[in-house]
Amino acid sequence: MGPGVVPRESTVGPGVVPRESTVGPGIVPRDDTAPPRVPSRIRATPRTTHRLFIGGAFPRAASGRTFDVHGADGAFLARAALAAGRDARDAVVAARGAFPVWSGMSGYDRGQALYQVAEVMEEHRAQFAGQLRRATGGSSDAAYAEVDAAVDRWTWYAGWSDKITQVRGTVNPVAGPFGTVSLPDPVGVTAVLAPQDSALLALVSVLAPAIVSGNTAVLVASERHPLLAVALAEAFAAADLPAGVVNVLTGEVAEIAPWLAAHQDVNAIDLAGAPGALADDLAVAAAGTLKRVVRFPAPDWTAEPGLERMFATLETKTIWHPLGT
Amino acid sequence: MRSEFGAASAARPQLTLRGSYGLFIGGSFVSGSSVFKTISPSTEEVLAEVTHGTTEDVDRAVAAARQAYERVWSVMPGRERARYLLRIARLLRDRAPELAVLESLDSGKPIRQTRAVDLPLAIAHFFYHAGWADKLAYAGFGSAAGGPARPLGVVGQVIGWSSPLLMLAWKIAPALACGNTVVLKPAESTPLTALAFAEICADAGLPPGVVNIVTGDGVAGQLVAGHPGIDKVAFTGSPEVGKEIAKSAALWGKRLTLELGGTAANIVCADADIDAAARGIVEGVFVRQGHACCSSSRVFVQEAVLDGLTAAIRLRMSLLRSGDPLDESTDIGAVNSASQLDKISELAGSAEAEGSVRWSAPYTPPDRGFWFPPTMFSGVGEEQRIAREELSWPVLTVSSFTTPEEAVERTNGTRYGLSAGVWTRQGALSAWLAARLRAGVVWANSFGRLDPAVPFGGYQESGLGREGGRHGLEAYLDIPGLGAADVY
Repeated sequence: MGPGVVPRESTVGPGVVPRESTVGPGIVPRDDTAPPRVPSRIRATPRTTHRLFIGGAFPRAASGRTFDVHGADGAFLARAALAAGRDARDAVVAARGAFPVWSGMSGYDRGQALYQVAEVMEEHRAQFAGQLRRATGGSSDAAYAEVDAAVDRWTWYAGWSDKITQVRGTVNPVAGPFGTVSLPDPVGVTAVLAPQDSALLALVSVLAPAIVSGNTAVLVASERHPLLAVALAEAFAAADLPAGVVNVLTGEVAEIAPWLAAHQDVNAIDLAGAPGALADDLAVAAAGTLKRVVRFPAPDWTAEPGLERMFATLETKTIWHPLGT
Repeated sequence: MRSEFGAASAARPQLTLRGSYGLFIGGSFVSGSSVFKTISPSTEEVLAEVTHGTTEDVDRAVAAARQAYERVWSVMPGRERARYLLRIARLLRDRAPELAVLESLDSGKPIRQTRAVDLPLAIAHFFYHAGWADKLAYAGFGSAAGGPARPLGVVGQVIGWSSPLLMLAWKIAPALACGNTVVLKPAESTPLTALAFAEICADAGLPPGVVNIVTGDGVAGQLVAGHPGIDKVAFTGSPEVGKEIAKSAALWGKRLTLELGGTAANIVCADADIDAAARGIVEGVFVRQGHACCSSSRVFVQEAVLDGLTAAIRLRMSLLRSGDPLDESTDIGAVNSASQLDKISELAGSAEAEGSVRWSAPYTPPDRGFWFPPTMFSGVGEEQRIAREELSWPVLTVSSFTTPEEAVERTNGTRYGLSAGVWTRQGALSAWLAARLRAGVVWANSFGRLDPAVPFGGYQESGLGREGGRHGLEAYLDIPGLGAADVY
């Protein structure tokens, strides 16, 4: 190109400079003085649309709607499915269907299933950390630290599966010729509203205690950071967690949660992801079917959790039998 | 049902009844602005005048409880609280004969029940919980933050009429043992043993304001349950009211336990000891007359033994005596109130209209009082109201099943889940059924047994939380790390 010529801005990507054409746009004249330039491989940002996770499959939202997810710096990350009442209903059906299987497994076998999830998460550590960093900002070290903490947290809960009965159950001494025991029993289907701010660690910290004892879950991901929940769903699928044990809905909490709070076949609801006024409304709606409402003040998610969240979704069943010949 | 025997001439212990009772607030009886009469449901005679608690009265009671909590009861060491609870237990034991008569008079329950079951259990609850008062650190409630569990503060308690004194013991004993103070509202139709208990508290020297008894109607109950000055609500009553309380507690951020009832289920398998099953079911349902909530029962019988069990149950039902509750040979007492009798009659009528066969042993009810004979309905389908609605009077509905799986599915197919009985000689089947039944209490080859050391409560809409045992303490404690949780 000669002086005074302003090179045209590349439309095919960085690194490729179109040769100015003297015969018209689009026609690149041959130049025998330089070796031919081969356009480098086009790398365009994929505009993935993620789906919901229901019954072990990844369906679109029934309405077909999606929403854009942006990262901490405002950059577009991906599209996520925008779930609504119909999807919540489908998720509850899937969770209910999985409950006999999941609660029927021995504690040991449930623990094995959950450990497998932890292993898959560990394998995808870099992916999780990258997504976390893009979603919430911060340093790479901080992202890896949170991913490690989340895997450790999941592992901690997995180890409880075959111990809850011993810690929570009792043998009761009665004043008569009877043997009596009181045992923890999972409530059934739990709706879990993931906390809004923390993308991964808090999510794991509200989901794991709900399912370790045999409950199945419908998880409503954080509105702002739904992609980690989707990645977690992919880990569940890869780890062969039985279909329907966890179902993941992405979208707006205020739109999805009321369906779950009023649903007759949901037995408990964790309001961690609902802001104050919404949480009140949901608790009132839940009272209509006497759901077990889990509503704790937000803890320091990095601290070792107590047993409250696990116990909150457990019933106690007392069994009597007579002693004698 | 036989009533040809004359009234037994058993000696009646001396019963001291005041003509009129005030409210027990801040350690003494205070008069209120209006009174109502409480009657004996078997004779309709007036027993005493009782005061209606008003908004001002409830405010005063809560204030007295708050003051007692902050100045005295929450700072008192557990072993001192234990002493008061032991004193109360001993006074209950000393006055048990009189209290059994009073309970029978006011509630219509047979004296044999109040003497043999209600009073001993109430006393046992106080002895049992007295022992916990200084051992709460060992009760095993995990917490990341550590530290001893603290009481909640002031507790508002509203109880029903089916076992008034026993329900009071279920509520007050653990509340006090854990360091809380109490405002309790007994049922409108059965206030007298609660007022006698107030006298015991005064005689035991319990610090004023630790226990407050506010009598009255449903409005007074709402005032207590919904009072902004309490930290926790404990309610025994109907599911409808229970849900309203749950909504209010959610908005106010109060802790909550509920005992709401629901129909029990009894599953009788083909290999069961049929005679034992008939005996256990009739005794547990009719004679024990359900403590709080599980009076009536759906009986699911395996087809092969349907006729045999039905005949055995009818035989035993026909031997039950209905009559004067104070007669020691009476098995079945009076219905608690006219309004309860109306509800029972209406639901029983609906069962016949919806196609079931109604059976009661022939009997002649007395002229006065509220009576409903022990009744059984057979051929009852799941869709019928008698199978689905809670009935607070002993009634049996009988239907047959083919496989245990079917029995479990039908038992679990309601919104309730309080209790169940399982009758089979096979241990493995018994354990299998117990594991699958969604009920807070499962009695295998037995029915209706209670003990203060045992947690009691329902799944789903039968309630929230447990009363009794180690688990029951949790409802009255603020465990570090939990904060202001809405979880029972």
